Amino acid sequence: MKIYVSRDMASVALGADDVAKAFADAGCEVIRTGSRGLFSIEPLVEMETADGRIGYGPVGPWDVAAVLDGSHPNRLGAVDQLSFFAGQQRFTFARCGVIDPVSLTDYAAQDGWKGLDAARTMTPQAVVDAVKVSGLRGRGGAGFPTGIKWQTVLDAPTGDKYIVCNADEGDSGTFADRMLMEGDPYCLIEGMAIAAHAVGGTQGYIYIRSEYPFAIYTMRLAIERSAHLIAPFTLEVREGAGAYVCGEETALLDSIEGKRGQVRAKPPLPALKGLFGQPTVINNVLSLAAVPFILAEGAEAYAAVGFGRSRGTMPVQLAGNVRYGGLYEIGFGITLGELVNDIGGGTASGRPVRAVQVGGPLGAYFPPSMFHLPFDYESFAAAGGLIGHAGITVFDDSVDMAHMARFAMEFCAAESCGKCTPCRIGSTRGVEIVDRIMAARPTPPSVMPAKAGISLPEGGAEEKGDPSVRWDDGVLGKALYSRSPARIDTSIDAQTTLLRNLCDTMKYGSLCALGGFTPYPVLSALDYFPEDFGASPSPNFAPLKEAAE
Amino acid sequence: MEEFIEGWTARHGATRDQLLPLLHAVQEEAGYVQDAVVPVIARALNLSRADVHGVVTFYHDFRRTPAGRHVVKLCRAESCQARGGAAIEAAAAQRLGVAMGETRGDGAVSLEPVYCLGLCAVGPNALVDGRPMARIDAAALDRIAAEVAA
Repeated sequence: MKIYVSRDMASVALGADDVAKAFADAGCEVIRTGSRGLFSIEPLVEMETADGRIGYGPVGPWDVAAVLDGSHPNRLGAVDQLSFFAGQQRFTFARCGVIDPVSLTDYAAQDGWKGLDAARTMTPQAVVDAVKVSGLRGRGGAGFPTGIKWQTVLDAPTGDKYIVCNADEGDSGTFADRMLMEGDPYCLIEGMAIAAHAVGGTQGYIYIRSEYPFAIYTMRLAIERSAHLIAPFTLEVREGAGAYVCGEETALLDSIEGKRGQVRAKPPLPALKGLFGQPTVINNVLSLAAVPFILAEGAEAYAAVGFGRSRGTMPVQLAGNVRYGGLYEIGFGITLGELVNDIGGGTASGRPVRAVQVGGPLGAYFPPSMFHLPFDYESFAAAGGLIGHAGITVFDDSVDMAHMARFAMEFCAAESCGKCTPCRIGSTRGVEIVDRIMAARPTPPSVMPAKAGISLPEGGAEEKGDPSVRWDDGVLGKALYSRSPARIDTSIDAQTTLLRNLCDTMKYGSLCALGGFTPYPVLSALDYFPEDFGASPSPNFAPLKEAAE
Repeated sequence: MEEFIEGWTARHGATRDQLLPLLHAVQEEAGYVQDAVVPVIARALNLSRADVHGVVTFYHDFRRTPAGRHVVKLCRAESCQARGGAAIEAAAAQRLGVAMGETRGDGAVSLEPVYCLGLCAVGPNALVDGRPMARIDAAALDRIAAEVAA
């Protein structure tokens, strides 16, 4: 009896290893796959029958007998017929959850290497043109056209050129890179090999965050097994070391070079002076993994799906407090509300959805009144947000949005590389300002501190006052006078204005997206949920709370 | 440690870009990157001590002091917060008798924050001695505490 059990890290976290062992002990042939991508049915087992693969889930190791005789109540039937899967357009994730991830035979049998074979019959320029025609844009978040990036590298003078895959998927609420690397690693390898053929690359690096031990293991194994198929191109996995900022492409390059992961000023573009100062293609996992389909099925087939200038599919990740969380690959243009309510099924807690954060820690918080937004780069940018890596984190009505705004600043302070001032210092000042707002807001009265007793951490020390300094003396004196803690206007209005000014400075003054985008969650929380900051709902966005319910 | 580093660079090369892989290897071997090993690494890769120190202290993963015998990494990121992560964080600190980011006095356990394990639909999540665990609740914390005590 053939039994398929996922070995995806999320499935294992839910107990898939014990389930697999129980079936093996019962004499079944157990094949470990990636995850199908719906976590409410994990651990999922699929049994091979005359009618195809029949799924049961969630199941535990104690369910072996009931699954084998078909009497288990969690019988799902054919998994790809479930409504969660039937509506998807799986271009990139077609094989994920279906095949043994590191079996070359399985990969080849399911259209693997077709894209690379096609690319090898084409000139490099023709491959780059195909990627351009497909309309593929950087799936890491910035949405820059992939074909243009490749063209720049192709046109760069010959010499060593590198293909770098950014697999430092640090955004909370995203796991598509991890799932693909664990569930279909050859797809990424094939995409990178096509990129190498297109631009003349000789060596590739996959930079994977250390928080993804399963992905690191699977990719290394897959690289070893497929080395002969992509030669003379060579690939190597580099393991990150817990720095979120290394997801920024230039910080990532510095990290591979063995340096602190600090952001480089651009220009020069990495396409011209990237890794080790050489022309470098640096793309996200999902961008590179979309390429085999484009070459195998044709650029037009990919571009035929989508919305506006966002072509093709996006593997959307439904996360947080959501009932049916998981990976949903679909053409651009589906609305946020369809994703959260119809596909995600609302919250896991059963309470009303109050906010969703789209695009990770640097993405905006949207209330349900914005659920009409189509999932597309331009629509989200126009609404003051970003789709980022397409993670959607759902929150129910117990969320305190001032706390989430504070967390955004706290996270930026913890992860800032320290190179530019708005990000390094602004994030810490931002935490302090939100703290003052939270202390001054009317509820809950039990935790409300005495107004005069608000003390400033650290930064306040210098203003304590040396008696020999006369506050009104000269320019410095005046500056110190105005910054004296006793004179800071800690009213909510004043602090909110200060927070908006700070966000403005960070947004336009930071070197990279970490400092530059941290204002998105903060400002969107302020704009859409002013009541959490002690203000009356703003007329522009009222009445939000009611709309949410 | 010197022999280990010598052997490692002989196998993997002594170029600057091997610094992170070497630091990972040293930490896996010794449990942490002690200050005394920094000059050895610097010599091996022909870098300044300040340079190596700068890299060691930049990345959250590298420890300069030994961890507890068990390491519990609890996710603090938004998706786990949306599923009650803050309450679990407080309960974990209490149940394990150690504050977030600290190692317990008896050296049995370190409780550390991690920002996203990519299991965002089944949080709150943790890595217990490298093993992923999802949907952490009070019962799961009891199991973790028992494991740590054993």
